[in-house]
Amino acid sequence: MLRQVFAVTSVNIRSIRQRLGSSSVAVVGIAGVVLVFVAVLSIAEGVNATMQASGDPNTVLILRAGSDTEMTSGLGGDATRIIQDAPGVARDAGGAPLTSPELFVVVDHPLKRSGSPGNVPLRGVTAQAFKVHDHLKIVQGRNLEFGRNEIIAGSAAARQFVDLTVGRTLKWGENTWTLVGIFEDGGAVSESELWCDVKVLQPAYRRGNSFQSVYAKLASPDSFQSLKDSLTSNPQLTVSAMRAPDYYGSQTEVLQTIIKTIGGIIGVLMGVGAVFGAVITMYTAVASRTREIATLRALGFGSIPVVFSVLAEAALLSIAGGLIGGAIAWLAFNGYETATMNFQSFSQIAFKFAVTAKLLMMALGYALLMGLVGGLLPAIRAARLPVVTALREL
Amino acid sequence: MKFLPIVWRNLLRRKFRTVFTIGAIFFAFLLFGVLMAIRAAFSMGVDMAGQGRLMVIDKVSIINPLPASYESQIRTVEGVTDTTHANWFGGYYQDVRNQFATFAVEPESWLRIYNKEYNLPEEHKKAFLADRTGAIVGSDTAKKYGFKVGQKVPINGTIYRRPDGGPWEFTIDGIYDSPIKGSDKTQLVFHYDYLRETIPERSGMRDRYNWYVFTIADPDRAPQIAAKIDANFANSPSETKTNTEKAFVSDWAKQVGDIGQIMMGIVGMAMFTILLVSGNTMAQAIRERTNELAVLKTLGFSEGRILWMVLMESAMIAVVGGGLGLALSYALITATGDPTHGMLPAFYFPTPSLVAGIGLVAALGIASGILPAWQASRLRIVDALRRN
Repeated sequence: MLRQVFAVTSVNIRSIRQRLGSSSVAVVGIAGVVLVFVAVLSIAEGVNATMQASGDPNTVLILRAGSDTEMTSGLGGDATRIIQDAPGVARDAGGAPLTSPELFVVVDHPLKRSGSPGNVPLRGVTAQAFKVHDHLKIVQGRNLEFGRNEIIAGSAAARQFVDLTVGRTLKWGENTWTLVGIFEDGGAVSESELWCDVKVLQPAYRRGNSFQSVYAKLASPDSFQSLKDSLTSNPQLTVSAMRAPDYYGSQTEVLQTIIKTIGGIIGVLMGVGAVFGAVITMYTAVASRTREIATLRALGFGSIPVVFSVLAEAALLSIAGGLIGGAIAWLAFNGYETATMNFQSFSQIAFKFAVTAKLLMMALGYALLMGLVGGLLPAIRAARLPVVTALREL
Repeated sequence: MKFLPIVWRNLLRRKFRTVFTIGAIFFAFLLFGVLMAIRAAFSMGVDMAGQGRLMVIDKVSIINPLPASYESQIRTVEGVTDTTHANWFGGYYQDVRNQFATFAVEPESWLRIYNKEYNLPEEHKKAFLADRTGAIVGSDTAKKYGFKVGQKVPINGTIYRRPDGGPWEFTIDGIYDSPIKGSDKTQLVFHYDYLRETIPERSGMRDRYNWYVFTIADPDRAPQIAAKIDANFANSPSETKTNTEKAFVSDWAKQVGDIGQIMMGIVGMAMFTILLVSGNTMAQAIRERTNELAVLKTLGFSEGRILWMVLMESAMIAVVGGGLGLALSYALITATGDPTHGMLPAFYFPTPSLVAGIGLVAALGIASGILPAWQASRLRIVDALRRN
């Protein structure tokens, strides 16, 4: 039996070459589905990767209670001082608390890809910020000098927006800024932002002495709860505290839902369409081999080897399609950087398409499933061919 | 038409193949429908934005509100017929995840300018205008959260905060619908006056609006009027940017950027592949009958007639598969609307796309049949009969 399966299957597979035309159609069909599937989901993966890079678990983000993003939060200067003295906050060598009060606004600036205005996040920080966000490093130019109208730009922002190069003068409203440096932050969201001195930004945006968020470094990984409790139970404060990974995880929920919903609908619809395509192809393959299959059956080969051989052919074609589609997706999209509107932070967020191994495996599995489902009906049909009439056909 | 039965019998000779070819085409066009709806959603209703309406926002960013005094200055510009203003409130119901577009507006002028967009029963409108704590809400949002007319609903704001930290309580005075396909029926609109009293004066945010909307008598003069308004406020602490509503929506859609285009591109390619597969099968079905067609020719069928019959066969498959696919996607998209529940309000099947889809069905039917049909009609009978 096993030998029969092997014999028929190998004959079958070796004869694919003679049916190259119709077989390649099935391969192309499945490759197309896999390409789309991988490409769409790699967007979600890429956004996810950016968010992962942003969330240092030892950093805590403190916002006004009830605010879900920095954009809509607000903290007075006095509140930020209470926060820096809270228990559980790490301190630097000089004993100063590692907290970074920040102001987050957006400005309109033209995007490279369309020339139309996009929302660039502009973050006002204090000198302490560079100790809290300790992965950040200047890769071009120099760091900003506090007290002056100077800006440093994230590397992703510099790639997405026009004129963000060292030495440029930028004007928003009544304020003129000089861009003095470009920074990287390990692929984090901050690379999509511009940073400046918060004391210069506050009056420019009529914000008095108010901030929007405080980033705090934890003294130890497990001091989060005590810090959170002391902040939320303090009657002078109405704030919420969360670990940075949780915050960034929630920041792109809307965007991820949109991508995944659309990707899901498209993936399923196309998958079913491709199964139909595979059915047609395998059916044609079986039809063109009617006499051959009938001969095998007449020689005493059982129906199971025949079913198996058709399924094996379908599986082979679908895996070929899956590999081609996955490879094209990887070549065309992996690492491609673009930016999109993140509705929650109301600003542009840059990310790179991430064609991950996990995604490729998933896609390959999906391709195989499509091939097997598509091959099943024709396989059964081949096994059930009445030998006598089939021999007479054609 | 006399030969319709022959065409029909030909389709039925390999039922299995015909059914699956139709199936593949069906899914391709179902996909086409979804694709077009996605495209419409990513353009954020740019087709619906009013041509004769312009918007004024702060030049630096819409997040910086403009002084209330600007309204009277905009109104005095020649050619401006009506003005209104709005503030983005960022409202949500119960959980911060349940956010929908919420505007604090001057109700009378707002409904005057957007009277086509808000289809509101006259008594609802009257009640809303008279009720300082009233609100009107779109039918989509009302349905989602079960809001009824007369109900009091607590709405929190993400941007504004009541001094006591609690939610604002609005009375739903009306539920609007919209006769315009694909328009946003998720908004909640309420009186700015009700919001104003909760904004502390020292915050400097009182009597400042995120944007003004105004209408003009002659849409062709929009660029000049916009330039004039921006010049009026130049070199002030709040410089403005004025443009048509359409331009703003289109810029906003461009901010979403490549994602929409990339999705469109790859899905378009995939649809093309499915069509290639089925087109190839349809052509194959005809090629394998070559000697049969030769018999027909021997019987005296003219070249034109054979061409016609073969084309009819492929067209039938395309029309049945594609037609059903388009019809179902149209029905589904119209019935379910936005699949993300409120994040893509402009999710609909635009009529021009439907026309394009029908054109594509016709093109598929002709393209997949024309080559084998032409070959078949040109066959020399002797050659064809000798094959096999």
